[in-house]
Amino acid sequence: MPNEKKTCKYMAGLCEKLDKCEHYQKFAKYRDHILSLSNDSLEKTIAIALSLCFVCAILVSVAAVALRPLQIENKALDMKKNILDVAGLLQEGTDINEAFAERIEAKLVDLATGDYVDGDVDAYDQRKAAKDPAQNVVLTKDQDRASIRTRAKIAKVYLVKEGDVVKSIILPVHGYGLWSTMYGFLALDADGQTVQSINFYDQGETPGLGAEVVNPNWRALWKGKKVYDESGAVALGLIKGLVDTSKPGSEFQVDGLAGATLTSVGVTNLVKYWMSQEGFAAYLAKVRTKG
Amino acid sequence: MSDTKKVLTDPLVNNNPITLQVLGICSALAVTSQMSTSLIMAVALTAVTGCSSAAISSIRNHIPSSIRIIVQMTIIASLVIVVDQVLKAFLYDVSKQLSVFVGLIITNCIVMGRAEAYAMKNPPMASFIDGVGNGLGYSLILVIVAFFRELFGSGKLLGIEIFPLIKDGGWYEPNGMMLLPPSAFFIIGCIIWVFRQWKPEQNEAADFKIMDISHGEGGHH
Repeated sequence: MPNEKKTCKYMAGLCEKLDKCEHYQKFAKYRDHILSLSNDSLEKTIAIALSLCFVCAILVSVAAVALRPLQIENKALDMKKNILDVAGLLQEGTDINEAFAERIEAKLVDLATGDYVDGDVDAYDQRKAAKDPAQNVVLTKDQDRASIRTRAKIAKVYLVKEGDVVKSIILPVHGYGLWSTMYGFLALDADGQTVQSINFYDQGETPGLGAEVVNPNWRALWKGKKVYDESGAVALGLIKGLVDTSKPGSEFQVDGLAGATLTSVGVTNLVKYWMSQEGFAAYLAKVRTKG
Repeated sequence: MSDTKKVLTDPLVNNNPITLQVLGICSALAVTSQMSTSLIMAVALTAVTGCSSAAISSIRNHIPSSIRIIVQMTIIASLVIVVDQVLKAFLYDVSKQLSVFVGLIITNCIVMGRAEAYAMKNPPMASFIDGVGNGLGYSLILVIVAFFRELFGSGKLLGIEIFPLIKDGGWYEPNGMMLLPPSAFFIIGCIIWVFRQWKPEQNEAADFKIMDISHGEGGHH
């Protein structure tokens, strides 16, 4: 109780001070003047518009600034969750940050040469770089199979490790489907040839049809598929209908999505693009020779 | 008190913003393919409608009529941005699914409609209740539509399997059309029909009467 009284006294003191303050008196006088004007006068219209904007701007910016740390954390956590998911390391109750730090290593790759490059891995944002003229490559019509217009010169890949041995490689891929650019990860075994998993963490395809690219059952079909045929061309892709596993070549085929032809074509195109020389082929070749 | 209750409950059935006023159809089509997204959308819209109505009502006597709509829009837009930020901070997964539709609450006719029709003429508390009531009316329809769309479109409710699908070894063949926006039109149409059967006073008078020519009135005489 005494505390409350103290606060009350303090507040009353503040109010008194405020009342005595010359600037506040001026403000109060002007406020009363404005409020007494007719609603349709020019002065009141402008004053109301300005003060409303001021109040709303403060409200919006306070919300944005105060919540930003939480939002950034959510975003980073979500990305880690997706990476762990495609690496097959995500189980119920997994501590995402811990598992990520333990098993995953991020690396920057120069797509033209396929070599690792130094740089601040954590700060690098490939999606931003793809839009930055200093860091991207503009694709010609022939090259642009995945309809992405530009791509970053440097890609951020993730290595899944067990001790010091690289178990699999997670490659960021994206391409246009029916409505949206689909962003995802493709996980390959350390041989740079066998698919482990794929997932799309950002897409706006039709729910129930194209958006089935996130369906775990469909994603499971990718496991064990091969990317390159004997000539080294990218053979992996979706077909119309179901894959007949008894036929030769079925290791390069994944079931198309029923009722989502254009999304299926989009997925095929993005795989073909990112696995080609334009994408990760040079890098994967180096991974293979190094073993 | 009964007045307050009426302001709150009237928009649920008797004066439902979607079925009677036929406002806010756009987002009712877009976010209702799943129960979880429509529930969050319903909460977000109810919060925005209530708060914006209260805020607009509290300054209603000083809003210059020439910039009336812009003032309302500014308040609504600010509140929607705050809601969007809160969702991104605390319900990240849901906000990812709702994507642009939270932002589109700004253009939802229900929010503007209540500001214009009610908040500009009534005190803040009543306006707040009116806003919440209309938000709940919208929520009710959204949840009903989402219930049917998710159940028959993907055999689930709130992501929990109800009808096992054929492709997962069950017996239910999902109705793909239910997942597409037009199905919400059919369902809303059916809801309006049910409401008007139940409450015939909601039927509008016909704009014109078709002339009965069998008795020889009008025509060639």
